Amino acid sequence: MTDRPNAPLLEVRSLRVEFETRRGPLVAIDDVSFSIAPGEVLGVVGESGAGKSLTGTAIIGLLEPPGRITAGEILLAGRRIDNLPYEAMRRIRGREVGAIFQDPLTSLNPLYRVSDQLIETIRTHLPMNEKEARARALQLLQEVGIPGAAERLDHYPHQFSGGMRQRVVIALALAAEPKLIIADEPTTALDVSIQAQIITLLKRLCREHGTAVMLITHDMGVIAETADRVAVMYAGRIAEIGPVRKVVQEPHHPYTVGLMGAIPNLGHDVAALTQIEGSMPRLNAIPPGCAFNPRCPKVFDRCRVDRPDPMPVGGSDVACWLYGEGR
Amino acid sequence: MIAFVLQRLAQAVVVMLAVALVAFSLFRYVGDPVINMVGQDTPEEERIRIREQLALDQPVVVQYFRFVQQIVSGNFGTSLRTGIPIGQLMAERLPATLELAIVAGIFALAVGLPMGVYTGLYPRSRLSNAFLTLSLLGVSLPTFLIGIMLILFFSVMLGLLPSFGRGDVVHLGPWSTGLLSASGLQSLIMPAITLGMFQLALIMRLVRAEMLEVLRTDYIKFARARGLTNRAVNFGHALKNTLIPVITIVGLQLGALIAFSIITESVFQWPGMGLLFLQAVQFADIPVMAIYLVLIGFLFVLINLIVDLLYYVVDPRLRVDVRAGRGG
Repeated sequence: MTDRPNAPLLEVRSLRVEFETRRGPLVAIDDVSFSIAPGEVLGVVGESGAGKSLTGTAIIGLLEPPGRITAGEILLAGRRIDNLPYEAMRRIRGREVGAIFQDPLTSLNPLYRVSDQLIETIRTHLPMNEKEARARALQLLQEVGIPGAAERLDHYPHQFSGGMRQRVVIALALAAEPKLIIADEPTTALDVSIQAQIITLLKRLCREHGTAVMLITHDMGVIAETADRVAVMYAGRIAEIGPVRKVVQEPHHPYTVGLMGAIPNLGHDVAALTQIEGSMPRLNAIPPGCAFNPRCPKVFDRCRVDRPDPMPVGGSDVACWLYGEGR
Repeated sequence: MIAFVLQRLAQAVVVMLAVALVAFSLFRYVGDPVINMVGQDTPEEERIRIREQLALDQPVVVQYFRFVQQIVSGNFGTSLRTGIPIGQLMAERLPATLELAIVAGIFALAVGLPMGVYTGLYPRSRLSNAFLTLSLLGVSLPTFLIGIMLILFFSVMLGLLPSFGRGDVVHLGPWSTGLLSASGLQSLIMPAITLGMFQLALIMRLVRAEMLEVLRTDYIKFARARGLTNRAVNFGHALKNTLIPVITIVGLQLGALIAFSIITESVFQWPGMGLLFLQAVQFADIPVMAIYLVLIGFLFVLINLIVDLLYYVVDPRLRVDVRAGRGG
């Protein structure tokens, strides 16, 4: 395959992830497809357990047994990566796809200096000697805005605050200039005031480096501010995916409508925030048809039988029979 | 750092004084030493003279401090059984016990650590299950049984290894070593395995549990996500984080190896301190027992002190906390 200019950087096609259990397989991600263009920020939202993080983990090839990909494919720059042997995938991790995890306090190894961890990562992927790698490590720390980077370089992780540690984590993820970063709830564990800083930093760095981001979060505010497109996940499936303005301002899927209604808005006086009745089904009790049907205010017969595939509605793709033919 | 060392040293002194008190009380409660020393027909004035000479007429507290003072000045007294100064007796026996304990410890660590790492990395593999089953035997079989079975198999049936003693020893100044002669090394194999078996199983299970724990942490996941090699992740990032509890246990167990080598030494007639102690018990040789107690206490305290200092080498968090005066 050749690199066409508009070819997607990441393409996920009909991904299915199952967990083998004693009572048979549990389907945690079911028929999920999306793509990310070079330099694009795709937000992925959904409740806990909707499969957001798992999708990210599957892309970087770090699913832990008994979880495994049972169908679909993942392509990075046109090259299939979901079936690569461990060693080939290891070379891609960090080099082409970086990752940032939720908790900066526990993402860094407490026994190694920040410089050791940076240099180790840089030298794993780039042909640099110790001195060059150290210079690059310093430059990275400066780039992520750590004051007194030269002095802080040889400090241990516990000498940094939570926000500063997440900056170090971002520096580590960017160390080998990956083309895609999977940021899994990068700000959830941080103070609100720090959250905005980190998001701004991530956004700026990725724009400067042309890095695409898959931003996993349950914070719609972060998505609205940062993402180009957004995918709403529910019970291991994509409910709606589209440009962020469309999805936020005119959501189509009843679940997305509910999500948006649950966000407080300072500009308007609302008597009460809407809330979605019930809770997301467990993996072993996903209803037939549309997974959202037991909670959906607009449910009708077909929703309980047939499963809707995403279909184009006003610039977005929505998996809902409300927009299907024959309605 | 210096404050920490001083604090630990002060604690060590208190512990040693307590151990010395227990050792001292052996003299007080296991009969009158004067009666043991004199004949039946010794006149009363003579007994009083000896009692005064040994300061046994002084208050208990004074006697205790004399006892401590003597030990500190290196005067350990004389064995009642052999009449040899205890210092000399211990100096002859200490190398044998230390060599045995250290070789057993190295054996346990050198085998137990890799086995623990392997079973931690591949918890579901067959070899791991085999290791775990073996370690269960190592933990549950009594030391003397392992020793006797080894003797039966390798000495009696196969005739490969000597069943008792230390073989030929080479004297390096005051230190007698069995590590430099073929027969000395051969003699060391079975006692060291016997003594180290329990520790091996313990270390293996400890390392395994710690590895499983550490491999689940976020920083290991993040290290993998950065594409570090398996070797770097498993041995650089994971193993180093398991070392703190392992150092603790290995340190404590080295003390235990020295203290509890009594059984192994008796099975293999190993001429170490444990055997000396057993003989002393049989003959009610109280000074030897008391000094043995103090010496073992001292080794324990010393090893613990070294272990505490090793934490500082391994864990940077401790170093900085003390420097910033946070501590505790």
